[in-house]
Amino acid sequence: MLVVENLQLKLNGKSIINGLDLHVGKGEIHGILGENGTGKTTIANLIMGTNNYRPTAGRIIFEGQDIAQLSVSQRAKKGITLAWQEPARVEGLTVRDYLSLSSHNGQAKQIEDYLLMVGMEPGQYLDRDIDATLSGGERKRIELASVLAMRPKLAILDEPDSGIDIVALPLLLNGIAAMNKQGSSVLLITHSERVAEIAQRVSILCAGKIIRTGAPSETSLWFKNNCLTCPHINEPEQLS
Amino acid sequence: MIRYSVEKEYQGMIDAYQKAGGDRRVLETKDVAKLVVHENRVLANDGIKGLKIETKETQNGVDVDMRVEAGARIPHPVHLCFGILPKEGLQEIVMKVRAGDNSQVSVIAHCIFPAAVKVIHKMDADIEIGANARFDYKETHYHGESGGIEVIPKARVKVGKGGVWQSTFALSQGLVGKLDYDFDVVCLEKAVAELVVKAYGRGSDDIKIWEKIHLDGAGARGLAKSRLVLGDRARAEVRGETYGNAPYARGHVDCMELVNGSEAVAKAIPIVSVTNGTAKVTHEAAIGSIDRKQVETLMARGLDEDEAVDVIVRGILR
Repeated sequence: MLVVENLQLKLNGKSIINGLDLHVGKGEIHGILGENGTGKTTIANLIMGTNNYRPTAGRIIFEGQDIAQLSVSQRAKKGITLAWQEPARVEGLTVRDYLSLSSHNGQAKQIEDYLLMVGMEPGQYLDRDIDATLSGGERKRIELASVLAMRPKLAILDEPDSGIDIVALPLLLNGIAAMNKQGSSVLLITHSERVAEIAQRVSILCAGKIIRTGAPSETSLWFKNNCLTCPHINEPEQLS
Repeated sequence: MIRYSVEKEYQGMIDAYQKAGGDRRVLETKDVAKLVVHENRVLANDGIKGLKIETKETQNGVDVDMRVEAGARIPHPVHLCFGILPKEGLQEIVMKVRAGDNSQVSVIAHCIFPAAVKVIHKMDADIEIGANARFDYKETHYHGESGGIEVIPKARVKVGKGGVWQSTFALSQGLVGKLDYDFDVVCLEKAVAELVVKAYGRGSDDIKIWEKIHLDGAGARGLAKSRLVLGDRARAEVRGETYGNAPYARGHVDCMELVNGSEAVAKAIPIVSVTNGTAKVTHEAAIGSIDRKQVETLMARGLDEDEAVDVIVRGILR
């Protein structure tokens, strides 16, 4: 479904993404594990086309078409969406409005169901604005509900667990599983081994490059043993 | 009792009101107090138990005296409908409002100028809210697309002990033209004032907003909030002033102006002043273009860029 080939990005003369290769299959949850500063959010921006990021070199192929130069809207209309690590807040836009405009059919009952899937009571949230009055965790779960409502072919979730408390985390993971169950492929960007466990495959990112891909348990263990203790963050050539 | 001085004018006003998105059935309901004024003619004037509206037609407008009896709880919003249907005209509304102690009322004013090319609409209001009374005032304007209108609403409001004044002024349909808004509110002990202005300036619109809140009573609270979106060559200046003059008074000035056009000009002048050691007044002002991340968030759900901007603008002006 998504094939990223030799992707490169230089910003202000500095290489951020260095020949990244990635393959996300149809219906797959693919985790990307990486420490801070390895380029996780940059990959999300490059695939979605946000933040005005366009690759310096390489290709982003989605369902056989190179999408690297398409606008954010065009990519969304092809079935790709992104849930931000810190989602925007929009004064005057209610949760109901946000989920409705995200929804593929806008049916009220389904919108309520999407909130329930991420552990939120519709009666408490539908008429609230997605503004600063929501906590970070609430806003993140609403973001996930809006992705569920969109039913995308590919959902890019950037650090969906950040700011989520220990009680809400299972609800969030259930939401991601539900998303996958309804047919979406998921690119799950995280630095949490616990979150990466729900993926079918996990890739490890270092210095803007995938250095290892495999089953979650084996890859997470490798990440724990090598990356979390690595004194050479973002210098993969130092790995023995 | 409804008094139709000119049936045709009345129907014209109601039609214009409905075209602007209003519900004409509200104005035709008997248990709803209403006042309909076209130019300087009173076309309908319905009071209701506990609320009395007296009017006097003047050369260029109407003098309005509205009284809410002490203790009266008016069940449905009172509708005021002012307007000028022709392209040219002058309307001066002089309003005196007295809301008795412990009364409660909500007033919705619809100001309709659908064809204005050279129109001036002035409102000069003297308002007193009694002790523990609550007065909600919402003024919505419906302008045409010519921009040939000057709107000058001015109000002096005094809120008695424990009373509440909430006002919202919205001008987002049609071109603003020239707006010179000036509301000055004095809050006595434990009184609350919330002033909200929302406007969408386009074309060559010229907007001046001046909100003043004097927190003169102990424990009084005030919020002066403005939300403006400017496009094309529109200009806006917002002055939000709050004075904490009494013990434990609390005030906040909150101004947001979004500029969505290379030639639009936005200016905010917040003034916060405290003359009592236990009072506290804060302010925040944000002026700038529409947040790119907000736009991209909506684009990532499939909206085109223009649609995303429209959703954000409508949200701010809601």
